[in-house]
Amino acid sequence: MLLPKVIISKELKRIAKDMYTLPSKLKLFSIIIMVLGLAGITYGFLTTPKTVDDVKKILAEQDAHHGESHADGDTANFVDTVRNEEGYSEAAMEHATDLKPEGHGMSSHDEHVLHQMQTRPWSATFVAAFFFLMISLGVLVFYAIQYVSQAGWSPVLYRIMEGITAYLLPGSIIVLIIVVFAGTHFFPWQNEELVATDKILQGKEGYLNFPFFVIRAVIYILGWNLYRHFSRKNSLALAEANNYDYYRKNFKISVFFLIFFMVTEATMSWDWFMSLTPHWYSTLFPWYVFASMFVSAITVLALVTIHLKSRGLIDFVSDKHLHDLAKYMFAFSIFWTYLWFSQFMLIWYANIPEEVTYFIIRIQEYNLLFFGMLILNFVFPVLVLMNSDFKRVPWFVVIAAVFILIGHYIDIFLLVMPSTVGHNWGFGIPEIAALLFFAGLFIFVVGTGLGKVSLRPKNDPFIKESENYHF
Amino acid sequence: MASKKIHAIYTDDDLLMQAVKQTRAANYHISDVFTPFPVHGLDHAVGLAPTRLAITSFLYGLTGLTVAVVLMNYIMIEDWPQNIGGKPAFTFYQNMPAFIPIMFELTVFFAAHLMVITFYMRSKLWPFKKAENPDLRTTDDHFLMEVDIANHDVEKLTKFLYDTGASEISLIENEQDH
Repeated sequence: MLLPKVIISKELKRIAKDMYTLPSKLKLFSIIIMVLGLAGITYGFLTTPKTVDDVKKILAEQDAHHGESHADGDTANFVDTVRNEEGYSEAAMEHATDLKPEGHGMSSHDEHVLHQMQTRPWSATFVAAFFFLMISLGVLVFYAIQYVSQAGWSPVLYRIMEGITAYLLPGSIIVLIIVVFAGTHFFPWQNEELVATDKILQGKEGYLNFPFFVIRAVIYILGWNLYRHFSRKNSLALAEANNYDYYRKNFKISVFFLIFFMVTEATMSWDWFMSLTPHWYSTLFPWYVFASMFVSAITVLALVTIHLKSRGLIDFVSDKHLHDLAKYMFAFSIFWTYLWFSQFMLIWYANIPEEVTYFIIRIQEYNLLFFGMLILNFVFPVLVLMNSDFKRVPWFVVIAAVFILIGHYIDIFLLVMPSTVGHNWGFGIPEIAALLFFAGLFIFVVGTGLGKVSLRPKNDPFIKESENYHF
Repeated sequence: MASKKIHAIYTDDDLLMQAVKQTRAANYHISDVFTPFPVHGLDHAVGLAPTRLAITSFLYGLTGLTVAVVLMNYIMIEDWPQNIGGKPAFTFYQNMPAFIPIMFELTVFFAAHLMVITFYMRSKLWPFKKAENPDLRTTDDHFLMEVDIANHDVEKLTKFLYDTGASEISLIENEQDH
């Protein structure tokens, strides 16, 4: 009679061992940085200049501070010397009405600066909000790929992936709110006066109009969250089931999700990023955004796995699994660089005025970040993770992960900032606060998401293969 | 030197892996294993030192990169400066984006080809070389483990190998190592 009791208590113990609770210190930390972040974001919104006079005062102060160092010769420039034609970049920028004051329907330079300064807290919040959204979205895509490819190595990581995608719902709703309410702060094509005088924007009106824009954004977010909801539900039901029906269901919806995602990711990157400068376009842009998304997502997955492993909660995940995650980090860092370079070189080589404006502003005003990001996103991951043995050493992976995450935050920063605030950028309270707030929210939501069920997936047809995975 | 060896033949790679582990655990010395295809983890199980081929590959890659840089600098900048695509800048770093595909390709070319050639030299392979595998079936569907007898008891070793699942065991006496 004693036997069943023993078995039950053993079972409970095992379940308790696989259960995660967000450490109270980490929880407190996440709440504190959320509060600080929220305060900083509010401060950022409240302290933007309200009138043109405010701007004049600020500009006068800035001039007084570094009037001498702002000689024109410093900024002219890479493009001109390469072209060997003085004033080439200036002439090119002249045509880029979407970057100029007139592009925003402004009559004067000061008004334009005012507009950009008012945009800065919006952009700062959007960069951080999207950065963490794309991490959970990327993990969701990775998860779907594992199902569709019927991967044998990864099922042990399913609960961890599901924990990270818990952030998708709050994250995507916040991003939706930002892009819908940002209006002409972000999207010049929403300015009716501008469209009335701009033939190119009139031609794009069929796609770039506000109602359709909102409908699209809602469709993306609905689709992604529905897949996340049902795949998680099926995955948990599978653990209790005694057949593989739920697995087959998950396989099917994952196939459809991946098709849906590939389409909506492309339109999402056009809507939210490329239409910040609606005259400019690049055909591989969606892939470029996807590469950034995917590599950051896998990096965070590796970090969370290392965190859980260090707490001794997932002894069924071996260093072989970490090795594979690190391989993905390595490979997709190279993939990102490949796309970055493919986009850069063609535009740089052709040197067509309407295309090259995108890089002129980034190289002139954001030089250090623009080229520094290549070192963080390519050189460091390649050198740190090249050796096969290093991919199994947690702290090596953590170092590479930190480089990659900083690098890809800069990447998103450079997608948004030059197109919205242009010259008037900075890395101050609005940016840091937004980063803190969303980092805190991410840690909090993912931590609670991970703690909901046992971290050990059960009854997956490949779970045994995954647990015994070796190569 | 006269050496005595036992050739144990297996018909399955999982069985072979298991046998290799057991044989090593029993302190017998495995001199070689012949398989029709690469078996994952076998090198680790047999206890071979990790390959240094990857290091040579890295060095060859660097060589290729250097060759590309020197080559492009010489032909496009120094010897015959060319105005292609409206970029008559005449310095290496200003034209570098255009050279990156060549730098990449030559890095890969050098790394790949020189690594393969190094591999052939290290494994003493060349055209018309006579095959060294002791049993032709190891090129088809059989796996062969070669165990040194040294001063072990042949009977006992045979029995041991039989227990690990060998389907065929033969005693080989060589006058000299091949």
